[in-house]
Amino acid sequence: MNELALLIAAMLSAGTPLAIATLGLLINERVGVVNLGAEGMMLIAAVCGFAVAFVTGNQWLGFLAGAVAGACAAALFGLLAVWLNTNQYATGLALTLFGGGLSAFIGIEFVGKKLAEQPKYDWPWLSDLPFLGTAFFKHHPMVYLAIFLAVAMVYLLYKTRLGLVLRAVGESPDSAHALGYRVRLIRLFALMAGGALCGVAGAYLSVVYAPLWVEGMTAGRGWIALALTVFATWRPLRALMGAYLFGGVTMLQLYLQGEGVQIPAQFMSMLPYLATIVVLVLISRNPTWIRTNMPASLGKPFYPT
Amino acid sequence: MIRLEPRPQPSILWTYASPALALAITVFVAVFIFIAFGKDPVRGLSIFFWEPIKSPYALTELILKATPLMVIALGLILSFRANVWNIGAEGQFLLGAIVAGGLAVWVTENQIATQRWAFAPIVLLAGAVGGALWASIAALCKDKFNANEILVTLMLVYVANLLLSYLVFGPWKDPKGFNFPQSIRFSDDTLLPRLFATGRAHVGFALSILLSALMWIFMFRMLRGYQLQVGGIAPLAARYAGFSSRGALWTALLVSGAFAGMAGAMEVAGPMGQLTPYVSNGYGFTAIIVAFVGRLHPVGVVFAAFLLSMFLIGGELSQSRLGLPSALSGVFQGLLLFALLTCDTLVNNRIRWVGAKKSEAHA
Amino acid sequence: MSATAPPPRLALRHITKRYPSVVANEDVSLSVAPGEIHAVLGENGAGKSTLMKIIYGAVKPDSGEMLFEGRPFFAKNPRDARAHGISMVFQHFSLFDTLSVAENIWLGLDQSIRLDQVREQIAATAEKFGLPLEADRPVHTLSVGERQRVEIMRSLLTQPKLLILDEPTSVLTPQAVEKLFATLRQLAASGCSILYISHKLDEIRSLCTNCTVLRGGRVTGKVDPREESNASLSRLMIGAEPPLLLHRDAKLGAVALDVKQLTLKSDAMFGTNLDHISLHVREGEIVGIAGVSGNGQQELLAALSGENPRAPSQSVQLFGADIASAPPNRRRSLGLFFVPEERLGRGAVPVHSLAMNNLLTRHHELASRNALAWVSPARSRSLAKDIIARFNVKAGGDSAAAKSLSGGNLQKYIVGREISAKPKVLIVAQPTWGVDVGAAAQIRAELLKLRDEGCAVLVVSEELEELFELCDRMHVIAKGKLSPSIATRDASVELIGEWMSGLWTTPVAAESTTA
Repeated sequence: MNELALLIAAMLSAGTPLAIATLGLLINERVGVVNLGAEGMMLIAAVCGFAVAFVTGNQWLGFLAGAVAGACAAALFGLLAVWLNTNQYATGLALTLFGGGLSAFIGIEFVGKKLAEQPKYDWPWLSDLPFLGTAFFKHHPMVYLAIFLAVAMVYLLYKTRLGLVLRAVGESPDSAHALGYRVRLIRLFALMAGGALCGVAGAYLSVVYAPLWVEGMTAGRGWIALALTVFATWRPLRALMGAYLFGGVTMLQLYLQGEGVQIPAQFMSMLPYLATIVVLVLISRNPTWIRTNMPASLGKPFYPT
Repeated sequence: MIRLEPRPQPSILWTYASPALALAITVFVAVFIFIAFGKDPVRGLSIFFWEPIKSPYALTELILKATPLMVIALGLILSFRANVWNIGAEGQFLLGAIVAGGLAVWVTENQIATQRWAFAPIVLLAGAVGGALWASIAALCKDKFNANEILVTLMLVYVANLLLSYLVFGPWKDPKGFNFPQSIRFSDDTLLPRLFATGRAHVGFALSILLSALMWIFMFRMLRGYQLQVGGIAPLAARYAGFSSRGALWTALLVSGAFAGMAGAMEVAGPMGQLTPYVSNGYGFTAIIVAFVGRLHPVGVVFAAFLLSMFLIGGELSQSRLGLPSALSGVFQGLLLFALLTCDTLVNNRIRWVGAKKSEAHA
Repeated sequence: MSATAPPPRLALRHITKRYPSVVANEDVSLSVAPGEIHAVLGENGAGKSTLMKIIYGAVKPDSGEMLFEGRPFFAKNPRDARAHGISMVFQHFSLFDTLSVAENIWLGLDQSIRLDQVREQIAATAEKFGLPLEADRPVHTLSVGERQRVEIMRSLLTQPKLLILDEPTSVLTPQAVEKLFATLRQLAASGCSILYISHKLDEIRSLCTNCTVLRGGRVTGKVDPREESNASLSRLMIGAEPPLLLHRDAKLGAVALDVKQLTLKSDAMFGTNLDHISLHVREGEIVGIAGVSGNGQQELLAALSGENPRAPSQSVQLFGADIASAPPNRRRSLGLFFVPEERLGRGAVPVHSLAMNNLLTRHHELASRNALAWVSPARSRSLAKDIIARFNVKAGGDSAAAKSLSGGNLQKYIVGREISAKPKVLIVAQPTWGVDVGAAAQIRAELLKLRDEGCAVLVVSEELEELFELCDRMHVIAKGKLSPSIATRDASVELIGEWMSGLWTTPVAAESTTA
């Protein structure tokens, strides 16, 4: 029983960076931009977040640094892909490659460094509940923030005028432009917001989850988050569920190894990646299901006239 | 202020000038990075652009690293031109290395008599089959289930990495290898014939030049190649003309997978001579940059492969000579691609300087 | 107008706008009084759209001034224009398919009002102007006419003082046009000025009280259209009488294209399903299909061209052979060629040269017939040169990129490419859409010549005038169903208009389809 509680707790913790990154990418894609640079943004943010948290000793400053770094990287992507209309895929790849190199370059001094001991996060009374306390109430605040973000994003997208404008831009940038909306500016801001969230996710990995800096430590989570936006059919709550599902898959391999299941570790480690492929296949199988949910201008360049 | 104005025809001048300008921008930024880290920028640049070509041996090393880049990129340009985004060439490279390496291990262990010239085509073919099979998973997922090929090919990179890791840590580990994760050394007869008296460059380089010529012919003189490209830039026109989009998808992925796999075979049967977890050096990703810098053109990638090979060697040398992390190479690669994409705007647009008579409300 | 009249609602003075290759507007002046319905007449490319975008703040002129209600004013952007009471209904709607009517309208309103207030206003305005609309329906479920109503409603809720309409009737049936005109007259009577952009002479003469004619970016006339004839307006618009087409009697041959009970589900997201469509085209005749866009034309054309090869077996036949599931290549080798509606991106690859674009539909001739299929660039180029010369295409040679040609010239090239393949059946969608009068006349003449030579021609068009000019017989497509055919000499605009709403009576005595 207690093991199950620990497994749930681990699942939530592992799913949190995926959830935050997926929500960020979801904003991007809702306005019609695919940012394949997610992995690069997360890496840059992870190293910046770790560096700041290490130097200042304050993890929250680390998160802030991660968010700023992610937003800056996204702005670079946005200037190219939105203003100069460079190919979105190629530009995103460039960001991922650049981010991989830059983070390794910056991070060389932080390899092997350890962060100061972190406080325990306990809720008064709730954390002492049997089972529930262990499973749900001993988490880092970011875990709850991810849930809050998903709910807030539902409200933003479907209940506010700003959300309507965002959806409209993603649906038809030409129509939005004709109505006088600054499509490129809106896309740029949405990209930066998404980049900031990817940055927070990256910082969570290096500051809380690991907590240390290793080259390439995101291990494809940026790409998995991109797949999760499709899995979630661009809806925030489904994105959250998907992220926890993947958190669970990640944890399952550790759990099974702990149980002494005789499968080579490498095959267990393949699980999240194979699961991503399976999930993509299952969700994409029905083209109309994708098309009715996908923002209509996704991945297409927009030329204001 | 500056305004971009679409050109009626793509500029031929800028098609060629853009990579040069992008390189100039990258070098410019590189100078700043060297200065920022207190290194002599002239020495820094010479490590990247002079050291790799200053001696015959250095040149053979340059060729050695350019070869897999070129072969992978030749496949990728076909794929990208068909608008099939195979960005998992790294995984197909690894599978090629695994299949070719497995074959070499088997031949070595069973002491089957071979000769270098006779075995080379077999081992390269084995690699190509391995890469093509790996890529065909993505083709199948896209064709049957409409799953995004970008994500599938990329996920398969991680899977391939883990598979290789399993093999060299597990069943294929050299029992006399002091527990290092590596296979036995392949017998000499299974290795690719060398190309020159000095250095490690192998016949793969000659083959890659031949492949470049074949790719040119396929793209620009054969209907199949033309059909593939129309499908990439104007899918509705391809449908109107009756060109099969499924055919294009499969051709693009199988060819680019086979090329990447062949490059993997070249690497294990060439300089490596055994399987280790570090077969790749990131060739599959660097080749993406080669493809773009080479204008997605079979001749262009030859030059681009040498440029990026310089970057790789320069990165290694800057670690040993300057004490800068070798990740510097990755930074420069990313910068180059960013700069190139920016400069490419000039191929289809011209810059007009608009007088500041009325300031427009653009941010 | 008397000397004490209030200042004009809108006055443009000496507006000039140059683009790198063309002068869009040169020294254009016009004036619109309050409550006036003022036409801006000109053919495609005359500079109407640029002028309207200048008024609406989407384009900045190089020189000239604009007075709005007597005061100098240039809108900084469309939002600014709307805030000052200038509103525009675009030819291409600026709507969002997945959003509801109310949300679409809300997005066009600048005030910070709530969505439920928008719903109330829609209901009130709908009542007042006779524009029925359901506020909560998603836009993709609406017909084209209803969508235009959403656009107009969006404009009306901004309380405009000046309403600009860009070619508003191209998507309407003749009957719907009458309803629109009633709304516009009522709106003008309430004091709103209307700028009505069109190239349709009859409509301008029946609706507008003033007309500014543009040709080549310049004003060529300011007239009261009610006192003009179509011929005199046409002279102002194109500098000549409209070209007359020579229409010989048809010499009918065998049935070339035969469509039998074609029923097909659309594969587009908000597409139209085809419902038991039957038609045939004989050698030596031109058959037209009229209809408001979005009624199944795309789906029918795709099934006929082979772009969609999923039509049920035997439902599409070419000279008696079943081609329902044949791909486009095979249909071409049997003599069926097709000119699609979109020139760039479908009929031609925009960045490829004209010579390379020949390979799209002529690769049977241009590539070697062995398995390797070698391409000969020299033969592609010489074919391109032939087409350019024979069809009088203005292009920078055979190596010019398709996108560098003007719409009219590219259309001439594509039509020429298909005609020079010596088709037995030619299907043409929107042959002269967005093409200048000279090119349009040439294309129509070529199609008639082809028919006289014994080709079977099927024309799908939204322009009734064009169909009446070209066709021997006509069908109407509405909601995926096809009307019976009627000889053009027996048809009238009113009848076809009624049919366009799907209101045809029981089949006219079915003609025998077999020769």
